[in-house]
Amino acid sequence: MRLLYFAWVKDKAGVSAEDTDIPADVTTIAELMSWLKSRGPEFAHAFARSEFIRTAIDQTHVGHDASIGGAREIAFFPPVTGG
Amino acid sequence: MIRIQQEDFDIGAEIARLKAGRGDIGAVVAFLGTVRDRAGTRIVDEMTLEHYPGMTERELQRIEAEARARWPLAACLILHRYGTLRPSDNIVLVVTASEHREAAFAAAAFLMDYLKIRAPFWKRESGPEGSHWVEADAPAERASARWDETKRAAE
Repeated sequence: MRLLYFAWVKDKAGVSAEDTDIPADVTTIAELMSWLKSRGPEFAHAFARSEFIRTAIDQTHVGHDASIGGAREIAFFPPVTGG
Repeated sequence: MIRIQQEDFDIGAEIARLKAGRGDIGAVVAFLGTVRDRAGTRIVDEMTLEHYPGMTERELQRIEAEARARWPLAACLILHRYGTLRPSDNIVLVVTASEHREAAFAAAAFLMDYLKIRAPFWKRESGPEGSHWVEADAPAERASARWDETKRAAE
């Protein structure tokens, strides 16, 4: 699965994009963030306050309870600040 | 119509293009957002806008479609820049056009309110004290919520 990181999530994780195999028992955005946290200190740091992180599946905003089944691209980012 | 670009734009030229040959337009409203040289007490020398290519286009198209569904717009433009900008530089332009002014005024305000909470852009400010990601402000959430209330009241 393609994972994307933006703004301070990207800075803390130290990566902007990656293709990763997700364990089969990870089925929601919340579970995916918990799993990402376990991947090392950078990811633990990036996702420490995961309640502040917003997510999108295939370029559509979703909540943390969304299912990741069938997703091609999942993005993690802070609340947006455009305009 | 939506556009995302690094280059600057000319607001006069954009409006002229939007209404060229359009006798059905009686009102044009434009909002131009620009870079301030301070954020609270902090001095801002530079602002860098990052975005999510692909999703930004889709999200702005959704926001435009939502505005067109709510108001009778004859034309609509959302133009947002990314990259590194300096104080007084243009960031965003929203232009709405309609037969009468009410729709154009309301739609322009709606587009900006929604863009601020939905379009995947992130600002990073730099100044003498270093650089940091700008935090999202609660007023933007509240401003957009009022349109949801308006819609619910109408239903």
